[in-house]
Amino acid sequence: MFFKRNLGAKIALLPMIIISLTVFVGCIIYSFVYSLTNSKLIPVFNYVGFDQYERLFKTRKWDVAVENIFIYGIVFTIGCLVIGFLLAVLIDQKIRAESLFRTIFLYPYAMSFVVTGLVWKWVLNPTFGIEHSMHLWGFTWFELDWLVNRDLAIYAVCIAAIWQGAGFVMVLMLAGLRGIDEDIWKSLSIEGIPKWKSYIFVILPMIRPMVITSLVLIAAGVVKVYDLILALTSGGPGYSTTTPAMYVMENFFSRANLGQAFAASIIMFVSVVCILAPWAYYEFYFRNREAKV
Amino acid sequence: MISNTIEARGPRPKHLSIGRIGMYCFIVMCALFFLMPLYVMLVTSFKDMDEIRSGNLLYIPKSLSFYAWPKAWGEACTGFVCEGLKPGLVNSLKITIPSVIVSVSLGAINGYALAFWRFKGAYFFFGLCLFGAFIPYQVMVYPLLKIESAIGIYSSLPGIILVHTIFGMPILTLIFRNFYASLPIDLFKAARIDGGNFLKIFFYVIIPMSTPITIVAVILQVTGIWNDFLLGLIFAGRDNQPMTVQLNNIVQVDYGVAEYNVDMAATILTSMIPLAVYFVSGRWFVRGIAAGAIKG
Amino acid sequence: MNNSVEVKKLSFNYGKVEILKNLDLDIKDGEFMVLLGPSGCGKTTLLNCIAGLLDLDDGQIIIEGDNVTWKEPKDRHIGMVFQSYALYPSMSVEKNLSFGLRMSNTPKNIISEKIDKASELLQIKELLHRKPSQLSGGQRQRVAIGRALVRDAKVFLFDEPLSNLDAKLRAELRYEIKKLHRDLGNTMIYVTHDQIEAMTLADRIAVMKNGLIQQLDSPKEIYNKPSNLFVADFIGSPSMNFFTGKFISSSNSFSLNNALINLNNYEFDNKPSDQNDIIFGIRPEDISVSDSQDGMEFKIELIEPMGADTLIWLSFENIPFSVRLEGSSEYKLGDVIIINFDIKRASIFDQKSELRL
Repeated sequence: MFFKRNLGAKIALLPMIIISLTVFVGCIIYSFVYSLTNSKLIPVFNYVGFDQYERLFKTRKWDVAVENIFIYGIVFTIGCLVIGFLLAVLIDQKIRAESLFRTIFLYPYAMSFVVTGLVWKWVLNPTFGIEHSMHLWGFTWFELDWLVNRDLAIYAVCIAAIWQGAGFVMVLMLAGLRGIDEDIWKSLSIEGIPKWKSYIFVILPMIRPMVITSLVLIAAGVVKVYDLILALTSGGPGYSTTTPAMYVMENFFSRANLGQAFAASIIMFVSVVCILAPWAYYEFYFRNREAKV
Repeated sequence: MISNTIEARGPRPKHLSIGRIGMYCFIVMCALFFLMPLYVMLVTSFKDMDEIRSGNLLYIPKSLSFYAWPKAWGEACTGFVCEGLKPGLVNSLKITIPSVIVSVSLGAINGYALAFWRFKGAYFFFGLCLFGAFIPYQVMVYPLLKIESAIGIYSSLPGIILVHTIFGMPILTLIFRNFYASLPIDLFKAARIDGGNFLKIFFYVIIPMSTPITIVAVILQVTGIWNDFLLGLIFAGRDNQPMTVQLNNIVQVDYGVAEYNVDMAATILTSMIPLAVYFVSGRWFVRGIAAGAIKG
Repeated sequence: MNNSVEVKKLSFNYGKVEILKNLDLDIKDGEFMVLLGPSGCGKTTLLNCIAGLLDLDDGQIIIEGDNVTWKEPKDRHIGMVFQSYALYPSMSVEKNLSFGLRMSNTPKNIISEKIDKASELLQIKELLHRKPSQLSGGQRQRVAIGRALVRDAKVFLFDEPLSNLDAKLRAELRYEIKKLHRDLGNTMIYVTHDQIEAMTLADRIAVMKNGLIQQLDSPKEIYNKPSNLFVADFIGSPSMNFFTGKFISSSNSFSLNNALINLNNYEFDNKPSDQNDIIFGIRPEDISVSDSQDGMEFKIELIEPMGADTLIWLSFENIPFSVRLEGSSEYKLGDVIIINFDIKRASIFDQKSELRL
């Protein structure tokens, strides 16, 4: 009888089940298994234990990639959150032409990472870009040649990424702000609390779930960044803006070192889990607790 | 104190406070920052190379040059072939349209099944599926490649469509499920009593009510799939490379002199469709972002 | 007695719609004034204008002798309690109460003194460390009132604070608010659409419709001598019975078709002319069953037992009307009874102007 019930639903969900298992779970297992081999061009099961991982952590390029992803992760996440929140607060102030401003801040999100990378590559071009414009205007001391500077190039990537992503955070925050009861604002007005204090002490705590959701969504997406860097710097100058994602792709396709690629990809996966797990735990555990009150 | 005398009446005298002025300044400056790249793209695409070399990035073209546009469209070189972006557009359409249809349909029927028909284990798999949304592509790319090779669809149109469906499934299932869960359950119960089965109820009752969420889903997918680069590069096959890949090739692979105006024209052409979708859909686009993030 | 709040010639427009037109209202010191009316009558708008949350289009607001028309809400000596209480969810009760004072850098000892006093009065001392989500509806309301108390507000404004609650809780909190007014003695302005709240709480009621005050009087006056048809119909549950007919001056009576009701004992403010169309109104509780044969005979058509009372429906010239009887009355459908009423308790309105005659 059990199988007969909801048969339609079960059949309909079969693709989801199959995909979840074979792709989402299966691929991870596959990648992990083959990361324990020394496959080069094709996957061959020659077990070498955690050799690939050892090699990985000794590779200079990987160190740079990890360092970059940390810098990028922190700057990008904080930048998007702060700017996105500020923009949302500003738009929430009943300004004129609200739709216009919202459209302006969000359109970059509709563009491909490749387009974003290429455009900013052009804007930050030392010879023809902003630096050149400033020089033409007489500010000859102005320097914006980050793209050719090994130490600063990653920050150029951050700028482009924030330009694209802040609008996304703004939308989420705005949704949260708009959900605040009018009466709270009236009460704050009656008590004479200045606007900025209202936002910090009352409103922000109230939209905390939204802030955390935004934070998690952005942070989880940090590890994936690939297209943007490929277009903006191609990982350069040299490999100073390489990232784990690029390292993986290189080893899969150009360097024909599958073992390394698998190992690196597993590390990427683990790092994402490390970000998600506390949040998932918090959501489910806390949600259940609050539901009982 | 003026307001203490019996003079004050009517609306409060409005004066633009310093704070308000400062706020407008700040927001206008932010707007300029956000608009600048688009402006630069447009402006550069209409200049000729001499002006670009000698002139200021931010200035309007002294004389409009349409040279870049036909070149970007039909003659620019992407690798060994010099046919511009046109083939890319066709490919992107070939990839996007079927992918959107398949992935949205799958998301809808998944969402429907999860929202109304409960059975043990359903939520476990749903959770697994959602978890899949966060996994970096790089982890799954190679094994997927192997699977598709085995089936024989690697590096082909069906191959890329399958990949987009797989990766679109989690978020689409989520938003459809949330949407359906917010519909009155009485509707569904009444339909069951009237003798509907799984499919009948879906087609006759649920689909007609799904317009808002379908619009949101389509917008999400069209934008996401059109803008995709990595998956298209790997799975679509040499003859089906999407516009984003062509674009990258045009700009990065330079034979001889770099033609920035052509490059910029090419970026605009590539962005046209998603930007058009964005400008037309406006509120729906915003709803799409919010729908995915606000889980249940 | 001084006026605590004066509203002078207040006008408020929302776009092209005139919500409040040239409204005048004086509220006495220590008075409990209720603004009563259906949705859209402008009562909440009026309250928000007094509070300073809305900018008037014309007119003045004077609070405690101060012309506050251009002043910010915080400078108007007011406290406000909202329908949703608007307690800050992330803060404890104590922090909620002290938030305003903390933000204006009041010394700590003064803050704790004020909180002590307020929490004592409202009996929320044990709740100081709880969060709003851990409080019941009644407790939340007391904290909301506490917030206003702590600011030494002179005038308390209430914006439909009981509308979100179930009937039983509403009754309990109504009692508490009335007690509070008795204990504190502050001027209170209370907005509601519930006439029972208005009747029980108010010193005076301002019945509003379409931005105008229809009648401003004590609950008793409004109930017994409604000044127009709208007030007569709005107040009183079950509502007043109405009959439309003509005035016959020769016999000084109300005539409906062929039936006549003599109006000799009715106290007219304005006597109508002969053959004028008038409306005769009488409340169900002002009609009684007569023990003698003195009165009119009717057949019972419908019975609504309501526990403490029973409402029976009869008809006069094919117009149904209700009579309120004791819950213990034992009548059956179809019974014939004789009823009469005291004409002094009736209300007569001109049909065109709807004003009381």
